Amino acid sequence: MKELIEKQKFTGLSAAEVEEINAEISHYEDKSAVSIEALKIVQKYRGWVSDECLIAAAELLDMSPAQLEGVATFYNLIYRQPVGKTVIHYCNSVTCWMLGAEKVRQRLCEHLHVELGEMSDDGAYTVLPIVCLGACDHAPVVMVGKELCLDVIENTVSEILGR
Amino acid sequence: MATIEIDGKHYEAQDGQSLLAVCLSFGLNLPYFCWHPAMGSVGACRQCAVLQYQNPEDKRGRLVMACMTPVADAMRISIEAVPASQFRRENIELLMINHPHDCPVCEEGGECHLQDMTEMSGHTFRRYRGQKRTHANQYLGPFINHEMNRCIACYRCVRFYDDYAGGNDLQVFGMHNNVYFGRFEEGALENEFSGNLVEVCPTGVFTDRTFSAHYARKWDLQTAPSVCIHCGLGCNTAPGERYGQLRRIINRYNGEVNGYFLCDRGRFGYGFVNSPERIREPLLDGRSEITPQAAVNYLDNLCQTAKGVIGIGSPRASLEANFALRTLVGEENFFLGLNDIEHTLLSTIFNILRNCGIHTPSLREIEQADAVLIMGEDVTHTAPRLALSLRQSARNATFDLARSLKIAPWQDAAVRELKTQIKTPIFIASVCATRLDDIATDTFHGSPEDIARLGFAIAHRLDDQAPAPELMSDAENSLATAIAAELKQAKCPLIVSGTSCASIAVIQSAYNIAKALPSKDKQLTFTVPECNSLGLAIMGGGRLRQAFERINEGVADSVIVLENDLYRRAHSQTVDLFLQSAAHVVVMDSLRNKTAEQSELLLPTATFAESEGTLVNNEGRAQRYFPVYAVSEPVRGSWQWLTSAMEDSEWRHHDDLTAACAQAFPDLAAIAQVAPGAAYRFKGSKIPRQPERYSGRAAMFANINVREPAPPQDLETPFSFSMEGVTAQVPPALLPVIRAPGWNSNQAVNQFEEGVEGHLRGGDPGMRLIEASGNLAWFNDIPSAFKAEEGQWRIMPLPHIFGSEELSLHSAPIAERRPAPKILLNPLDAQALGVVNGDRLEISRSMETAIATLPVQIETTLPRGLLGVPAILPENQQINNPERVTLKKVAAEAENKPEIFL
Amino acid sequence: MENLDKPLTRNIRPDRGFATLADYENTGGYQGLRKAVTELQPKEVQQWVKDSGLRGRGGAGFGTGLKWSLVPMGDADSDNPHQIRYVIVNADEMEPGTFKDRLLMEKDPHQLIEGIIITAYAVQSHIAYIFLRGEYHLSARRLETALQEARAKGYLGEHILNSEFNLEIHLHTSAGRYICGEETALINALEGKRANPRAKPPHPVVSGLWGRPTVINNVETLCNVPHIINYGVQWYKELGLSAATGTKLFGASGRVKRPGLWELPMGTPIRDILEEHAGGMQDGYKLRGFLPGGASTDFLLPEHLDVAADFDAVAKVGSRLGTGTMIILDDKTCPVQMVLNLEEFFAQESCGWCTPCRDGLPWTVTLLRDIIKGRGRMEDLDTLAGLVRMMGPGNTFCALAPGAMEPLQSALKYFREDFERYIVGNKTLLEAG
Ligand SMILES: Cc1cc2nc3c(=O)[nH]c(=O)nc-3n(C[C@H](O)[C@H](O)[C@H](O)COP(=O)(O)O)c2cc1C
Ligand code: SF4
Ligand code: FES
Repeated sequence: MKELIEKQKFTGLSAAEVEEINAEISHYEDKSAVSIEALKIVQKYRGWVSDECLIAAAELLDMSPAQLEGVATFYNLIYRQPVGKTVIHYCNSVTCWMLGAEKVRQRLCEHLHVELGEMSDDGAYTVLPIVCLGACDHAPVVMVGKELCLDVIENTVSEILGR
Repeated sequence: MATIEIDGKHYEAQDGQSLLAVCLSFGLNLPYFCWHPAMGSVGACRQCAVLQYQNPEDKRGRLVMACMTPVADAMRISIEAVPASQFRRENIELLMINHPHDCPVCEEGGECHLQDMTEMSGHTFRRYRGQKRTHANQYLGPFINHEMNRCIACYRCVRFYDDYAGGNDLQVFGMHNNVYFGRFEEGALENEFSGNLVEVCPTGVFTDRTFSAHYARKWDLQTAPSVCIHCGLGCNTAPGERYGQLRRIINRYNGEVNGYFLCDRGRFGYGFVNSPERIREPLLDGRSEITPQAAVNYLDNLCQTAKGVIGIGSPRASLEANFALRTLVGEENFFLGLNDIEHTLLSTIFNILRNCGIHTPSLREIEQADAVLIMGEDVTHTAPRLALSLRQSARNATFDLARSLKIAPWQDAAVRELKTQIKTPIFIASVCATRLDDIATDTFHGSPEDIARLGFAIAHRLDDQAPAPELMSDAENSLATAIAAELKQAKCPLIVSGTSCASIAVIQSAYNIAKALPSKDKQLTFTVPECNSLGLAIMGGGRLRQAFERINEGVADSVIVLENDLYRRAHSQTVDLFLQSAAHVVVMDSLRNKTAEQSELLLPTATFAESEGTLVNNEGRAQRYFPVYAVSEPVRGSWQWLTSAMEDSEWRHHDDLTAACAQAFPDLAAIAQVAPGAAYRFKGSKIPRQPERYSGRAAMFANINVREPAPPQDLETPFSFSMEGVTAQVPPALLPVIRAPGWNSNQAVNQFEEGVEGHLRGGDPGMRLIEASGNLAWFNDIPSAFKAEEGQWRIMPLPHIFGSEELSLHSAPIAERRPAPKILLNPLDAQALGVVNGDRLEISRSMETAIATLPVQIETTLPRGLLGVPAILPENQQINNPERVTLKKVAAEAENKPEIFL
Repeated sequence: MENLDKPLTRNIRPDRGFATLADYENTGGYQGLRKAVTELQPKEVQQWVKDSGLRGRGGAGFGTGLKWSLVPMGDADSDNPHQIRYVIVNADEMEPGTFKDRLLMEKDPHQLIEGIIITAYAVQSHIAYIFLRGEYHLSARRLETALQEARAKGYLGEHILNSEFNLEIHLHTSAGRYICGEETALINALEGKRANPRAKPPHPVVSGLWGRPTVINNVETLCNVPHIINYGVQWYKELGLSAATGTKLFGASGRVKRPGLWELPMGTPIRDILEEHAGGMQDGYKLRGFLPGGASTDFLLPEHLDVAADFDAVAKVGSRLGTGTMIILDDKTCPVQMVLNLEEFFAQESCGWCTPCRDGLPWTVTLLRDIIKGRGRMEDLDTLAGLVRMMGPGNTFCALAPGAMEPLQSALKYFREDFERYIVGNKTLLEAG
């Protein structure tokens, strides 16, 4: 799977990507303001932002690749390395930590046979820590893709993944 | 004015200034990192903390960052108070957590701002027990080393490189304590001012790669004040030498000229001084058996006996050397060594500067302009440091807005965040895209004629007395109207032009515009190609063509060529014929070149680093450079060769020559006051070129002779080749090195300025020779519009910062950055010729054989009918406007390297 | 009119999904807007909000009406850059332990939108941005839908409710990083830059987004605005129990019986919140202390339970009301490890701009880790105290680092023996989880 991702030849941003990025541009006083949105749009289609995509997006926004990379590397939700199809974010902030986040992490990693940040062999999952997901009254909390999973206690991990 | 109290002492300061700047200008030791005198405050490093008391009763005070605090009347602060000094000590401790302990092998060592500030803050004991974070380094090209582990994240590099110098390939990546300053990928830093990172970075992250190749500590370098010889702006430099080798060049502050910054050509172009191409001994007919004395006798004899001796001067030689030659051969036999176009351009410029009554600004004044029009120049390539100043003037509209919002101009980030539609109007009319286009409000691309016509049209719109061109297009007319309107509104408009598009009309139109401007404070400046171009123009003399005629017509039979490669100035055949026709050819130069090869007698001359002299920059500022180290016989300064050949001359010393030159030309009268003469003594002694910690003096030549040699004597300047004496309070023109107690880096300059970013105490070096007076009439020669002709192209040499200047090209790092030879073509022309990027075209002069075959690069901004050729080869220099050529596509199989056969 | 004592959450019921536009309109929604644009001058709206005593719910508690009144209003038709003004909603909620804005956006998005429109009217801004944290996917969906509905109904867009007032609202979803919640860093993020904070002054109300005057308010703050306009200043003031006005979302997480979020009058005693609403501690756990308003507030102890939950009262006992969502430290959780978790968060989220925070927080983490691993030394506690002093308010470029130091500073004060126990060798008996 990893090899597969690397092998896909880059032929420029897709028409859909360019269109979505251009639509965002109209919301701001200046083109480069869209940098973060542009990266997120690319990521929506491709899962992560490769060097080629970053260079192409920079060109679209009249920025240098270095300028866009400076932005990309600041934010933690922009992936500059391949990640699994679904990213599992487990909250490791204070309340979740107190109520068992570490065990949740262990279970997730064991279950998927990955270390944090790695892609599972089938390319389906990557587990990453995330800061407080704003659901502390239901700690510990995990976000699978875009879905928030509440009150995750360790023995429901496989259940979450089944969803 | 405000009275402020610092640690119980009272000081007078300007209201609203940054407190840090003010403290530094009082000579107080307050450490800082992120602040920079030219770049203002951002409050990132937190090193400049002081205690501020709210009122006279307040005993506790609160910490404030001095750099972010505006001075106000009755302000009471303490630098020394324990909470402040403790905070600064602990802040340094934090900065040092990840900083490696590699000072002994770090090239910044001994002139490191971080070392200085660490000492100043009193952090001496390390409490941190964890691991240090490490980074990988990048290859950044031939100029700059990268050692990221030394980074203290002050953000000055990106603030200089991006915000100040307009680069975009050096950025900051990552966040928290893992910020990385570098490029997207390895490769040469693209910006032409990258070398300043060496001085802007307070640690050893960015160091001078050319210096690494032959490194020595700052305290081991012998230094003297110098002037950059690589363009006409005359930036002040401080070259350093050890073991008879020039090791590096750093900036020497001059408040009116270069301020804190140099361009990369000026900083890294010095390698020619150490080049194996240097001429080291006199050669007679190519053989080295002639002694210096015999050479002098030969020269003397030649002048006595030859049928006629003419002298060809040089815009890259000092006033004194040119004047000595002129004296030796006689005024009527002295030629400036400029071809017709150069000669006419320079005398036109001199005439305008001298007689037009419009102020020619210094670079500092240029930064104040509130509207700019650039006529025909890509200044980044022709007068690089000027481009950096224009970049600052581009911000003036924003500064005005900031003022109206009560944001101090030194609040750097806050001012830059004011992104509005208001921009300083900057217009660039040029042959094709320039490196300043990103700050331009509008650009115009055309042939020199069309640029000049636009200029005349603008002048006419400003003042209907000014002649108007006929038959302008609607687009040109409306552009002219728009530019005129902006310039008219400006309080301090600036017109920039110069010699690089080789058009008198462009220069004259620039004058007409300046003349037509209503503002009292209008400014007009011209770039000139070489370090003493304007000096030569002031001195005056015959044209190169006339020199050729003298010999070819047999009026004279001998020629002395002073530091001038004539093959850069005229067609080879012409120069060949000339040199062959002369019975005796004497060439004086420092580097081998084609002219030198043709000499009967070749005299080895000292470079700027080994000799003294006066140069006049484009502003008309005369400046003196001094030998950094004693050159060994038989190499001598050109002026020395020449004066020793004048048997009955009274000029024994350089000062005599300078004085005589000043006396001979009213316009040069002030050159004698440029710097104190050789008799100057400070506290009874000469000024040492060597710092007081200069090491190894007793042993450094032990391999030659175990006895410590007596230092060479310097009879020509106020400097000694030794470490005895003091440098702290000498006149600015004689400051060899910037250093103060506790301040070992170049940042010590704040101890020498009248207020931060101000003039040097005692006045910035240099004397302005020309002040605006008089009033010239309108120029009326308006060229007709350029018309592209079927099958014919006009060659436009395009100067390049790395490659167009003769001497710097002999330094390998500069040569490495020279662009590849190529020809630029308009896309439609390329289409008509059936060529695409990378195809090769053969260039021929009409009716003649091919002169070059070069790959094509399509350039959308180049007008049709023009052919852009980077002026990076000696041969390109003599491709003269308005030469027309034909083009022929070369079959693919012939493909290989570019070939030039001129 | 129902549930006038819980204006913010009256449409939010556990038995219902979320409030639709119709639900919202049925309980008086968009009446405040109608009143504002048809009956009130912008300055009057500002004045009402000022008079209501509404203080920012983003953590700092700055007077909302006062903030608006600092916006230079400029001439209507001059070409001065102040002509363009922006309103930004700070919906970056990322402070650990804070979970109030998400609820407001997911469950009653129109309430926020109405608040934004009235705010924009009050400062005559024609473009507003919702700066939403990237992980709040459901909020994003609900807000997008609500924005479309509002546009369709004429609450948003050109000539709002047939008035002369126009407004466009754009939803910007962020790409992570806690520092984006700091208002000036948020502006940089919105401009597509690295989210380093900006120096103040100039304050955003004078020079904010692209140098234009910009009002930034928290989600909850703005949700109060429609009700103040709709029901009046007097009504709003009377909602509060103490001198403080209005209601506030209070929450509790940790080992309490019923972790959750409740809308209660400002000034409700902390004891009521923890014992009555959160149901007290879980069986087998005792209350050891609590962070009253998110991760960047000082610990308080059981002895502080009777303090009123309002900005001034909590400040008086040495902490901050912050976001009003409390994190409970029980007697089986090690306070040193809890502080380490918090400091790891802050060190990781430091933007890297200023020295004390960038390099001081990682050192803090190293020291705490060393202490917990049994490698600590007594003088490390002095070093930690020194770091707390160094990163005190005003010493760093923004308030992240001082916030980070609050739990550490109070832990060193209240739980010193827990630190010392590690150092002298008897490891803690407590374990997390
Ligand atoms: C590090 C840091 C993070 C912050 N995060 C948030 C946040 O997520 N949401 C928020 O509303 N305010 C946050 N704030 C406070 C904002 O800077 C600002 O004070 C607030 O948005 C103003 O709105 P208010 O007056 O309505 O409270 C944060 C402040 C700091 C220093
Ligand atoms: S305190 Fe300094 S480093 Fe930390 S987040 Fe604020 S500005 Fe960034
Ligand atoms: S110099 Fe003042 S904070 Fe850096």
